[in-house]
This record gives sequence, C-alpha cells and structure tokens, in this order.
Amino acid sequence: MTNRRTHGRSHEIPPKASIKLGPTLEEEVFGEAFNGQVVGRFISYISAYKKLLWVAIAAVLVFTISSIAIPLIVRNVYDDALKDGVEDKAKLGTMVIIFLVAIGFNFVANYLQELIVGRVAERILVDMRRAMYAHLQRVSLSFMDKTEIGKLMSRLQGDVAALQEFLQTAVFAIGDFVLLIGIIGAMIWLDWRLGLMTLAVLPILFIIRIIWLPYARKSFLRARVTSSIVSGSLAENINGIRAVQGLSREYVNYDLFDIRATDNLNAANRASKFGVMMLPIVDTLTGAAMAIIVIVGGFFVLGGTIEVGVMVAFVLFVQRFFDPIRALTMHYNVLQRAMASGERIFEVIDVPVDIQDKPDALDPEEIDGSISFENVTFGYMPNQPILKNINFEVKPGETVALVGPTGSGKTSTTALVHRFYDIWEGSVKVGGHDVRDVTQDSLGRHVSMVLQEPFLFSGTIFENIIYNKEDATREDVVAAAQAVGAHEFIMKLHDGYETPLEQRGGNLSLGQRQLLSFARAIVADAKILVLDEATASIDSYTEMLIQQALARLMEGRTGMVIAHRLATIRGADRIIVLQDGEIIEQGNHDVLMELGGLYSRLYSMNYASFDDIPDELIVQATQADDGMAT
Amino acid sequence: MGVFMRISRMSLKYRWRLIFGMIAIFMASVFQLALPILIGSAVDAASGLDGGNLKIANEMVASSIDATTDRFGEGNNPAKTALIIIAVFLFIASVGRGLSAMIQNYMGESIGQNIGYELRMLYYEKLQRLSFSYHAGIHTGDLITRGIVDVEGVRMFVQTALLRTVFLVVLIGSGMYLMLSEDLVLGLISLSFVPFVAWRATAARLKLRTNWYALQERLSGLTKVMDENLGGIRVVRAFASQDHEMKKFDEASNKTLSLANVQVGIRAKNISLMGVAFMLSMAAVLWVGGLQVIDGELSPGELTQFLAFMSILLQPVRQIGMMINGYARGSATGGRLFAVLDIDPNIQDKPDAKPLEITSGTLEFHNVSFSYEDEHALNGVSFKAEPGHTIGMVGPPGSGKSTIAHLVPRFYDPIEGHITIDGQDIRDVTLDSLRKAVGVVEQDTFLFTASVEHNIAYGDPWAPDDRVEQASKYAQLGDYIERLPGGYNTMVGERGVSLSGGQRQRLSIARSILLKPQLIVFDDSTAAIDAATEQRIRAALTNLTKDRATIIISHRLSSLMHADEILFIEAGKIVERGTHEELLALGGHYNDLYELQIRPSEQSRNSQNEGSDS
Ligand SMILES: Nc1ncnc2c1ncn2[C@@H]1O[C@H](COP(=O)(O)OP(=O)(O)OP(=O)(O)O)[C@@H](O)[C@H]1O
Ligand SMILES: Nc1ncnc2c1ncn2[C@@H]1O[C@H](COP(=O)(O)OP(=O)(O)OP(=O)(O)O)[C@@H](O)[C@H]1O
Ligand SMILES: [Mg+2]
Ligand SMILES: [Mg+2]
Repeated sequence: MTNRRTHGRSHEIPPKASIKLGPTLEEEVFGEAFNGQVVGRFISYISAYKKLLWVAIAAVLVFTISSIAIPLIVRNVYDDALKDGVEDKAKLGTMVIIFLVAIGFNFVANYLQELIVGRVAERILVDMRRAMYAHLQRVSLSFMDKTEIGKLMSRLQGDVAALQEFLQTAVFAIGDFVLLIGIIGAMIWLDWRLGLMTLAVLPILFIIRIIWLPYARKSFLRARVTSSIVSGSLAENINGIRAVQGLSREYVNYDLFDIRATDNLNAANRASKFGVMMLPIVDTLTGAAMAIIVIVGGFFVLGGTIEVGVMVAFVLFVQRFFDPIRALTMHYNVLQRAMASGERIFEVIDVPVDIQDKPDALDPEEIDGSISFENVTFGYMPNQPILKNINFEVKPGETVALVGPTGSGKTSTTALVHRFYDIWEGSVKVGGHDVRDVTQDSLGRHVSMVLQEPFLFSGTIFENIIYNKEDATREDVVAAAQAVGAHEFIMKLHDGYETPLEQRGGNLSLGQRQLLSFARAIVADAKILVLDEATASIDSYTEMLIQQALARLMEGRTGMVIAHRLATIRGADRIIVLQDGEIIEQGNHDVLMELGGLYSRLYSMNYASFDDIPDELIVQATQADDGMAT
Repeated sequence: MGVFMRISRMSLKYRWRLIFGMIAIFMASVFQLALPILIGSAVDAASGLDGGNLKIANEMVASSIDATTDRFGEGNNPAKTALIIIAVFLFIASVGRGLSAMIQNYMGESIGQNIGYELRMLYYEKLQRLSFSYHAGIHTGDLITRGIVDVEGVRMFVQTALLRTVFLVVLIGSGMYLMLSEDLVLGLISLSFVPFVAWRATAARLKLRTNWYALQERLSGLTKVMDENLGGIRVVRAFASQDHEMKKFDEASNKTLSLANVQVGIRAKNISLMGVAFMLSMAAVLWVGGLQVIDGELSPGELTQFLAFMSILLQPVRQIGMMINGYARGSATGGRLFAVLDIDPNIQDKPDAKPLEITSGTLEFHNVSFSYEDEHALNGVSFKAEPGHTIGMVGPPGSGKSTIAHLVPRFYDPIEGHITIDGQDIRDVTLDSLRKAVGVVEQDTFLFTASVEHNIAYGDPWAPDDRVEQASKYAQLGDYIERLPGGYNTMVGERGVSLSGGQRQRLSIARSILLKPQLIVFDDSTAAIDAATEQRIRAALTNLTKDRATIIISHRLSSLMHADEILFIEAGKIVERGTHEELLALGGHYNDLYELQIRPSEQSRNSQNEGSDS
C-alpha cells in the first residue's frame, strides 16, 4: 500500500468518469417471479431430457417419502416395541429391518436425484450456451457493433449458470414442497391436536419471512450489483492497463475503485446482517414448537392420550420442518433471478438474423472475381447515409484502389463486398451474382480480407496463418509468410511457426501482426483479395517486397486495396477517390493527377514536405474535405 | 502454511470481532448440546420416569422443581411441573443457540468481507504498478478471474473456515464426550458414522477441489475462446469461419462438461453415502438401544437423547468436509493471490526518488540496449531530442521503434545504458512525474467503453469542457464529434468499432495532447489518417510542439522528413541518422524508402530491386 495516495484534487468536483449505478439494475438482477414465456422456452430446452427428468422427479419423491417415513418408524419402535418381553424384541427386529429398507430406498433415491439433476443441469447449461453462441455467430454485425463484449460474456456465463441453478432448485423445490406437506400430514395424522398446535408457529414464520423478504432481497440485490460493479471496474482497468499507466491515471482509478469496493463492503455487510437475522428467529420458533410439544405432548402422554413415541416423532419432525420453508423462500429468489437471466438469454437468441442466406441461395464453386456496385446507398444508422449512390465496377483480375480522407467510407465499402451489412438501395455484385443471392459461406470462400485492425487469436503462429483453411499444407503457410516477408522474423523466434502468441499477438510488433494477418488472407486462397490498410504499419520497402511477391500471387485474382499512403496504390489499375461517402474521382494515377482534383492534392501532400506545400494548397485541401462524414 | 499465517494475521486486525465471535461459539456449543439432554429428559418425564441417567438435566430440573414447588406449594403433579420447566429451558436454549449462532456468523462474515476488501484493494493497486512486461505475459482474463474468484476463495475461507473450525472442534468434541460418558457402547454405535462421514467428506472434498481447479482451468480456456471469437468477430465473418469457431467452442465446452459431470458424480456418490452411513448407525442405535430399553437397562428418554444428539452432530460432521475444502481452496487461492501481491514490480520508484524537474525538456538516450526475452530488441541506441526539435524514426516492422517509445515513460527499463531527461536519469525520478511529463500516443489504440468526453479526458478527468473540446479540435475530431447525435456524450466502446480507424487514432491523439506533456511521442499514430488531415493536425499542434521535444515514428516519410534528425532503425540499431537531405545524400535505406514513396516513376522502383541489399 506504499503507493496509496489520493489524487491532489478533491472529489467534490466529480471526475469525468462513469460510476455506473444505473437505476435499471434492479430489473437486471431480479425479474418478475414468473414469466410464462421464459419458462415455456426453457422447457423446450429441457424436453430433450424429459425421460431423465421424470426419473429424477420420481427419485425426489421417493427420497422425500422415505425421509418422512423414518421418524414414523422410530415412533413405532417406541410405541410398539419398547415395552418388554420377547415378542417386542422380535417386533423391534422387524422394525429395524423396515428401517433398513427405508434407508435403502433413501440411499438409491438420493444418489439418483443428485446425479441426474446435476448432470441434466450441466447439459442444459452447455446446450443453452451453445445455442446463444451459435446464434451470435450469425447475427448481423450491426448488432455486434453496438454490443459490449463484456455484456455478452456475462450472458454466456453468469446468466446461463443462473438458469442451471434454477433447474436444480426447481426439481428440489418439488421435493421440499412434498416434504413440507408430508411432515404436516404426518404430524396431523399422528395426533391432530398436538399437530395443529405445533404447526401454529408456521404462519408466524411465514409472516416474518414475508416481511423480511423484500428488505433482505434489496440488500442481497445491492450486494450483488455492487459486486458486479467492482468486478467490471477491475476488468476495465486490467484491459486498459497500458492506457492507465501511460496516462498516469492510477491514483484516480484507485480512488474510484475504493469508492466502489467500499460500497460493496457496506452492502455485503448489510446483506449478511439480514441473512443472519433469520437464525435466531427460526431457532426461537423451533424452541417454541418444541416447548409446545414437551408441555402439551408430555401432558397428553401422562394422561395416556398419546404414546411417548408420537412425542419423539414430533421432536424429530420439528427439527426438519423449517428446512423446507427456508429452502422454499430461497428458491423464490433463485426463481426471480432465473427469470431475469432467462429473459436476457432469450433476448440474445431472439436477435433477428437480418442477414440470412436465401433459401435458394447459390453456392457457386467458382466465380470470375468481378465486383460491381450499382447505385449503392448505405448507412449504419437510419437517415444517416455513409455511402451515397456509389457506382463502380472491378473487372476480374483488376486491382482497384480506394482512397479518401479518414471517415470517408472506404472500410464500409469493403464491408459491403462481404455482405457484413445489407445495403439500403442498389446492389452489390460479386462474381456477377448479387451478394444477397449467394450464401455467406461462399462469399467467405471467394473473398478474403485483411482488416484494418489486425486481429490474431491465441494459439501458435502456424494456427493463426492457416486459420480455418484446414486443407492448406505447411508449404502453403510458409509460402504465404514468405510472400508477406514474415518468414524471416518468424524463423528468428524461438519456436518458429510453433511460437505461441500472447493475447491478440501482444508479443509481436504491430507491423508483424499485420503481416501475419496478411499471410492469413493469402492462405485463404480466394479469388478476391481485399486489403484494408494492410500495409499501413509497414515500411515502404517491405511493402514493395510484398507487392512484388503479390504480383505473382494476384495473377488472375481481383484486388481491392485501401491505403492512405498513396505510393502504395500508385500502381493500381484504377483509383477510386471517395469523399464524404461519394465517389468524386475515378481513373488511374496519371489520369487523376492530370485532373488536379482531391487525389492530386493528397498525392502532392504525400510527396512534399510540409514546408514545401504552398499555403493555398493547404487551404484548398482543407476546404475540400471539410465536409467529411455527415 | 505461510498462506494461512498471513490470512490469520490479517484477521487479527479485527480483534474485537474475533473475540466476540469466539465467545459466541462457546455459547452456541453449550446451548446446542443442552438441547438433546433436555429433549431426553422430557421424554422420560412424559413417560413418568425420573430419567435414570440424565444426570445434569435431572439436577437442573430437580432444583427448579424444588424452587417452584417451594413457591406454589405441593399438590402439583411433579411430572407436569418437570415438563413445563424442561420446556422453558428448551425454549431458552433454542433462543440462546439462535442468538449466539447469529453473532458468530455475523462476526465471521464481517471479518471475511473486510479481508476481502483489503485484498481486493491490494490486488488492484499491485496490478496498476506491475509493469508492461508482466501484463504482456498474462491473459487479461486470467488476471480478472484471479481478482474475482481468488479473492472470493480467501474470503470464504475466512468466513467459513477460520471461526467455524473452532466451533466444530468444540461442538463435536464435547458432543462425543457427553455421549460416550453417558453410555460407552451406545455412544460408540451412535458415533460410528462420524469417522466414515468425516473420511468421505474429506476425500470427496479433496477430489472435488482438484477437479475444481481443473474445471476452472478449462472454463478459462472456454472463456478465452468465446472472448476472442466475439472480439475478433470481423475476422470470423471475413473468413466465414463459423464452423471452425463452433468446433473450437465445442471442444472447449465438452471438456468442461466432462469435468463438470465428474464433479456431479463425486458429489452425488458422497452425499448419498454420508446419508446412508448416518442412517445405518441410527438403525444400529435403535436396535441396540431398543433391546436395552426392553431389558430395562435404558430409559426411552436416554434413547431419544442419543437420537437427538446424532441429528445435531450430523450437520457439523458434514461440515468437516466443507472446512477441509475451505482450507484447501483458501490455501490455493490465497497462494495465487499472494503470489501476485508479492511480485516486486520491476519498475517502481527508488526509495529516494524525486519528482522530475524539467528545465528545458531534453531527452537523451545513452547507449541503450533492451531485450524482451533473450534476443536484443534494441542495441546501443543513442540520440538526443531537444526542446523544439523533432526526432523522426522509421524502419521495418519489428525493428524496435515502439520499444524505444516504451522506454521513455519507463514502461520497460533498459538492460544497458540509460535515459535522461534534462540530465536526470529517469530511473531516479518518480514514475508519476515522469509519466506526466511524457505523452506517448500508442500505436495500438485502446479506447475505454465510455463517452467520447470521458475518453478524451481520461488522463485528466477534471479537465474543463473547453480543454476537452480544444484537444479534439487540435486532433481534427471536433467537427466530427459535434455532428454526432450524442455529441461528446456518444459512447465509444471496447476497441471503438463504430469509429473508423482514423477517427480512433485521432481520439487517442486528443487524449494525449489534452495533457500537454513536455515530451510527445507519436508512435505511428497517423497511419490510418490521410495526409491532409494529418497535415492539419500538425499545423494545429505547432504551438504546442514549439518548445517541446517531439518524437515521430512513422512509415510515411512526409510525416517525418522535416524532422531535425531522422533515425533509421533496423534490428534494434540505428543504422542511419541525419536530416532528410543528409540521408538522401547518403543513399542508403532511407533513400530507398524515399524513392519508393515519393518518386512516382516506375524506373526508380526497378532500380530499387537491384540497388538494395537487405
Ligand atoms: N459500425 C459502425 N457503426 C456506426 N458507424 C460507423 C461504423 N463503422 C464506421 N462508422 C462510421 O462511418 C463512417 C465511415 O467509416 P469507415 O470506417 O468506412 O471510414 P474509412 O474511410 O475506412 O476511414 P479510415 O480511413 O479512418 O479508416 C465514419 O464516420 C464512421 O464513424
Ligand atoms: N511484449 C513483447 N514480448 C516479446 N517480444 C516483443 C514484445 N513486443 C515486441 N517484441 C519484439 O520486439 C521486436 C521490436 O518490436 P517493436 O514493437 O519495437 O517493433 P516496431 O519497430 O515498433 O515495429 P512496427 O513498425 O511493426 O510497429 C520485435 O521483434 C517484436 O517481435
Ligand atoms: Mg477504414
Ligand atoms: Mg511499433
């Protein structure tokens, strides 16, 4: 704690940081107690295991009944077999044998209920998680763009676990309910007067629980919510640790974290107060019930109304009958939590897959590699078009470059080739087919991409380059690495291609990561290659080597290249200049230079050193793309 | 056992709570054990016996009877009086048990919560101070789970194991003593389940625990798969590799399932075995004790007392398993946690560190070498950046440019040579003052899931709005933000997907220049920004950089050709240095780059092929 120090400024002026304590958290943790729809859908997941679950329910019932039977047998021992004489010894023997049989049932039933319920619950957990995960593989990117990964992860983990817990408690709740009814029944059957008197404490407990529950629930809720806030802010700090340290934000974050952790500490202590409060209450009531049994039961025994065994059985029952009540009220909490979780899970599963293969979608083996945009208009948010009326055509084998100021829509254009999003108007054709008429898998096979942000998976370098192209050979991988100039540095690493990458390739430089992501796209061996700033973090010399190697590889393939460094795309067959989502110029380098438009202005800026650019050119260029991204 | 010692030492801080807890424990055991005795004497009293062997209870009851009969005179049925008195005692004992259990539990939980809080803060603080080299080698998911699951493990240990162990020892010990002294044979029979249950519980818990760790491990594997899949969703889509990804998922998921099933199996087996052991010894007690009762050697009350004792002991005996689990888990999780807490951050303030004193703001590298693993990433790098001057750096991927940038704010320390700012070795000044003076715009942009405003003001959360706006204007982002529907309150997230690459980079530039650091390093931070915009950013920053040293790492020569000195880095060494003109005159690698980027003619490209050597 040596470094603990508060930030110089007081917290009276709150820092620019979000301390999330949303009012909606209540609904997030507890839903309504019963939501028919959620239960109905949940049941559809269970139905695969219907038979097993019936067995489990049967086991729960047998278990419960044998549990109730045992005090009854003890009572019979007392009342019928404990007088004196030889017959009684024989009777005692019979009783003990009956007892053993009951134990046998109890054992088998107990084993089965635990095993089956546990395993089925685990399976269902896996099934639900898989359903959600598989769905997330298909939902549109526009949904994924808006959704925090952490939130999805907590649904894939926490919420699924809450439903698993629900299944378990639901089955055992049946047992608890039967047990409660059974105990009440048995007591009344043994002696209804004593039974009723003893049971008089039950309503008291119920009333106390009902008063207690909302307060306790609130405090439990707060404890949970504050704890997840603490976890969230820990996670944020760990994920962004480089920015935190780089911007010296440690002290501020520490203080903020302290506020949250203290909040959680207080909430947890409060919750445990509510939790332990129940102990003396239940014990007092148990004591009261036992006192009633001793006095009333004892007087009855003395008066000869009941036998002493009944009293013993009552004492044994009383010890047990608060358990199911306690359990049932707890189940209620679980139930509510499960409903909220269920809603969140089904919310994910219900996200419509807007981009779907048509039923009669084509799955062409081969395509010719042409791309055409016809009057394409597209945007991410309604009424805010990002691309406006885009028209261009790329012939098979051609290489076309997209240039333009940042935010002008280059990446968005390439996303459409792959049908990451559906366009508003017009049509995008790949290989002569509208992208909406072919399967997405075929687009994946025929179009390969180097994304602007190189993303690598944990695993070895080899696994990353080969990725999902399982039929590629080691030679293909090495050839691709050589083509992008990555082979050399890979071989210098300890384990060569088998070197494991840290999270997101953290043990490589950004340029090296970009090279690997480039190699991955080459191994995919597709007809169309889209390079979105694929060499932005790579020096021009290495880039030139790549281009030379690529020249061979690109033979017969179509290329779509985005680059800010105009030298990169100088050699393209055609250059399309985008600005503010519109094509303003098209043509090859020489044509565009001659035209003297935006391209030539940008180009000359690349060309010249800053001081050499005449002021009016800066003004021109500045005005020219002032209107970017409306 | 160092772990337990440390945890126990931490709990000693809560002395009063511990003492209250201990007292409550003894009270609870006394009340708990009184219950079966009272129940037994009630049964005897009801049967009209005066309860042969129930000594303690009888004495208590007898003296109370004396007292009451003294007061109310004779005439009452002594059995009835006994029953009433027993009932009163039963009630008192129950209430007493409940109250002391409440105190005991609350004290345990509260100590646990407090220790959990302390550990959490220590962990957080430590993570913030551990250097990049530590963080680079460990998956963020693992660190997060550690902070959540392991802290919870220690907390549970304190809460359940620490205090309750005492309780169990006292309760089981005196319970056993009472039963055995009451009737040796019957006592032994009633206790026969104890060793079995204790053994099963222990064995099962140990197995469960090893299994639990394996399961935890696999779960974190599964988490990694899911997290990377969602984080890399665009790659997944671009390669249409959903099937591949589902296979990865199924593999990881089935692994966890099979372990979870083992877990369930162990639990089911042991719960039912423990149950049956208990009931078997109950049957034996019934049989043996029943025979004794028939023979008149035992009263029904005594038999009841044994049965009641047994049911009272069942719970604590089962808990032995929980305890052992608590210990095992506590030692493992505590061990992992302390392992992190004990790491000495290899980058920290020296004891006598002073704040950095900026006089002019000159940065100097003196023969600096550095390596991440065994290969040298930097080798004898020396240069000097003076205020108002710009140093440009260029070089092939992996040549060590970012490494140089990371050494300036001491994200890593050089293994040879040293770095000074205004003559002060940066290892001699406080980290905080150093990092406030140095701003690095990272190559790999990370944005927090927060509003644009919070992201820009991340380094100075008290910055007034106009400074935030100014910084974004300088970074040429102001107009764009203002046009967003939510303006500065628009949320950007994770890695900022809904911003274009260049917008993200500009946000990160804004974030750094808001702090007006004395030294600025731009690590390839305009790669995704077009030349015109970059130009405007630089124009806007001239005021800021006028009297500051700037380092620009870039692959775009136009960004750095005007630097006062340009360094060409290759394989961790400076292989060429000088001004633009000097380097062109040198005709080396830099010149090659220049030819490639700037000179548009085809011939130069060809001449490049033959001319270059590396
Ligand atoms: N997923 C998204 N959701 C909402 N808006 C988006 C999304 N992706 C991009 N945008 C917005 O669309 C516009 C165009 O973005 P795009 O990524 O296509 O630009 P770009 O030309 O590739 O820019 P850069 O050169 O900076 O990478 C930008 O204003 C951006 O903020
Ligand atoms: N965290 C790390 N652990 C191990 N090795 C690393 C780590 N970071 C970088 N390296 C290695 O150190 C060398 C230098 O990396 P650095 O990031 O400094 O390169 P760079 O010049 O910035 O490259 P780029 O132009 O691609 O950004 C590379 O070979 C890289 O693989
Ligand atoms: Mg882009
Ligand atoms: Mg770098």
